[in-house]
Amino acid sequence: MLQIKNLHASVEDKEILRGINLEVKAGEVHAIMGPNGSGKSTLSSVIAGKEEFEVTEGQVILDGEDLEDISPEERAHKGIFLSFQYPVEIPGVSVTNFMKTAINEGRKAKGLEDMPAKDMLKLIREKSEMLEIDRKFLSRSLNEGFSGGEKKRNEIFQMAMLEPKLAILDETDSGLDIDALRIVSNGVNKLRSKDNAVIVITHYQRLLEYIVPDFVHVLHNGKIVKSGGKELALELEEKGYDWLKNEATV
Amino acid sequence: MAYTEEELKKELETKEYEYGFYTDIESETFPVGLSEEIVIAISKKKEEPEWMTLWRLEAFKIWKEMEEPEWANVHYVKPDFQAISYYSAPKKADPNKTLDDVDPELLEMYKKLGISVDEQKKLQNVAVDIVMDSVSVATTFKKTLGEKGIIFCSISEAIKEHPELVKKYLGSVVPKTDNFYAALNSAVFSDGSFCYIPKGVRCPMELSTYFRINQAGTGQFERTLVIADEGSYVSYLEGCTAPSRDENQLHAAVVELVSLDDAEIKYSTVQNWFPGNKEGKGGVYNFVTKRALCEKNAKVSWTQVETGSAVTWKYPSCILKGDNSIGEFYSIAVTNNYQQADTGTKMIHLGKNTRSTIISKGISAGKSHNSYRGLVQVSSRAENARNFSQCDSLLMGNECGAHTFPYIEVKNKSAMIEHEATTSKIGEDQIFYCNQRGIDTEKAIALIVNGFSKEVLNKLPMEFAVEAQKLLEISLEGSVG
Repeated sequence: MLQIKNLHASVEDKEILRGINLEVKAGEVHAIMGPNGSGKSTLSSVIAGKEEFEVTEGQVILDGEDLEDISPEERAHKGIFLSFQYPVEIPGVSVTNFMKTAINEGRKAKGLEDMPAKDMLKLIREKSEMLEIDRKFLSRSLNEGFSGGEKKRNEIFQMAMLEPKLAILDETDSGLDIDALRIVSNGVNKLRSKDNAVIVITHYQRLLEYIVPDFVHVLHNGKIVKSGGKELALELEEKGYDWLKNEATV
Repeated sequence: MAYTEEELKKELETKEYEYGFYTDIESETFPVGLSEEIVIAISKKKEEPEWMTLWRLEAFKIWKEMEEPEWANVHYVKPDFQAISYYSAPKKADPNKTLDDVDPELLEMYKKLGISVDEQKKLQNVAVDIVMDSVSVATTFKKTLGEKGIIFCSISEAIKEHPELVKKYLGSVVPKTDNFYAALNSAVFSDGSFCYIPKGVRCPMELSTYFRINQAGTGQFERTLVIADEGSYVSYLEGCTAPSRDENQLHAAVVELVSLDDAEIKYSTVQNWFPGNKEGKGGVYNFVTKRALCEKNAKVSWTQVETGSAVTWKYPSCILKGDNSIGEFYSIAVTNNYQQADTGTKMIHLGKNTRSTIISKGISAGKSHNSYRGLVQVSSRAENARNFSQCDSLLMGNECGAHTFPYIEVKNKSAMIEHEATTSKIGEDQIFYCNQRGIDTEKAIALIVNGFSKEVLNKLPMEFAVEAQKLLEISLEGSVG
């Protein structure tokens, strides 16, 4: 589904990604771990098409198509979803209105009519129940005055509404207490299928107890320095990143 | 192909005036210049009684002694008052005509503006009194209103038909001596609307007037007078568009609202006059005096959506004279390119237990400057006066400006005044967030701007709110139109 080939990216002439190779197939869950500043969030932004980052070399390919000239909104229409580490506030725009706009813009891109209000309401009810979201929450302005946990839960709610092909969860666990973590993880697990894929970016192994990955990759200095199965996460938890940093420089 | 701040700005700047056309109608226009003779000629042309002519002459005398104010935070080339023609009327106009008799070219123009009178009549249940240049050419629904005793006509007609009301209230809220432009308007006002709601009557429909500026170099001096007698209610809508022209056009209107005991007036404006091109050339100068007088338990709400004009100078105000009276001001002002707006309100608390609310939303893009200027004044006799003010500014790009000048003068210790202000910028992060959810940049801006303006848009009557929302999008979205 997703192929990343020798990806180099920089921001303001500073190279952050230095040759990433990764292949994600449908039905898989990949975890990307690594110390602060290793390039994890940059990688997710580059996949989503944020203009600020310049791809200097390499390719991001989705279903055989090079995404180089594809705008962020078109990437979204093709099924890429990014759960933001720091979701922004949009005052005066309710969660419901925002979702309605997002869904209908996606449908428009596919040549479909707006989703009938009845179906929209049904979808909202179904997904908000799944994520144990209070209905009052949906009429509030997007992320305005939300707690850290509410913001993250809202991201996963949007993901559930949009049903993406490829979901990238950028530190979705940060700011979540243990109950919220369980609810969010359950939500993600319910959305997993043989046709879609998830990339989980995290510092900690904790989230991976709930969302069990098929592969774990360690990012360091803009490169994947080690890949393995889910047991690699445990090993990292135990040993820290230092042994890998050393290994990488050897 | 995602948008950078730079591209975003460029896109905002490429907006063209949507209603930029000129209709060729034979007009009867006075020679340029202003003198006593011209004032008398205007009055004569309009077949006014002598008291009106004298009223105008007195105003002219006052105006000659006054100087053009310079305190507003706007910069422009001052109009040459001797280079303006003070009267222009579409030649074929006849107030007794039915709609079918109206100049087909005029009707064509309304069609282009998307405001077919017939459509208005049928679909929106709105009585429309259209002011084209200076003379009313069509009035509808007069009969329905007449049955309730409601008078809704041109001010010229009111001067002739209802002199007792006009004599009593004209200049009672905005005196001739009030300010430079109000004095000028009093001397030369060409036409405008008059509305009287009798005691205890609730006006069954929204009253609406569309103003147009069409004739090159013709000053526009509209005069509006709305009187809500005791216990009555009226909602009045005013909407404006104008064909684009290279010369600056001066518009100095006066609007007076009189809300007697227990009466309520809602006055809503959507204003979209030609703002000048993207180099800042041309555009309408809009120097307006709008004021309401509230008697006991009366209420006045001003709601305005301002997207047009090169220079705007406008402060719809409330004099809360009666005890328990309420004044409200809800405003959205959008400036783009080189537009300048200095707008806000004055809430003058004179009576006891008077309350006022001010919600002002300023949106600036391009190289424009948007100022909020507001005065909240509480007199020594106004026990328990309350005011809440909120001024929010939204900036797009790095070359525009937002300014807030709140003045508060309180002479009574029991007063409670609250003022909140915020300034924010549409950030690349907000745009990217929307993009990531599949919403393109133009739609994202519309979404953010509408969210920002929601509190005010909600105050507009339904059909007007939709129009206003569309106008906001047109004003800010460049290539969409």
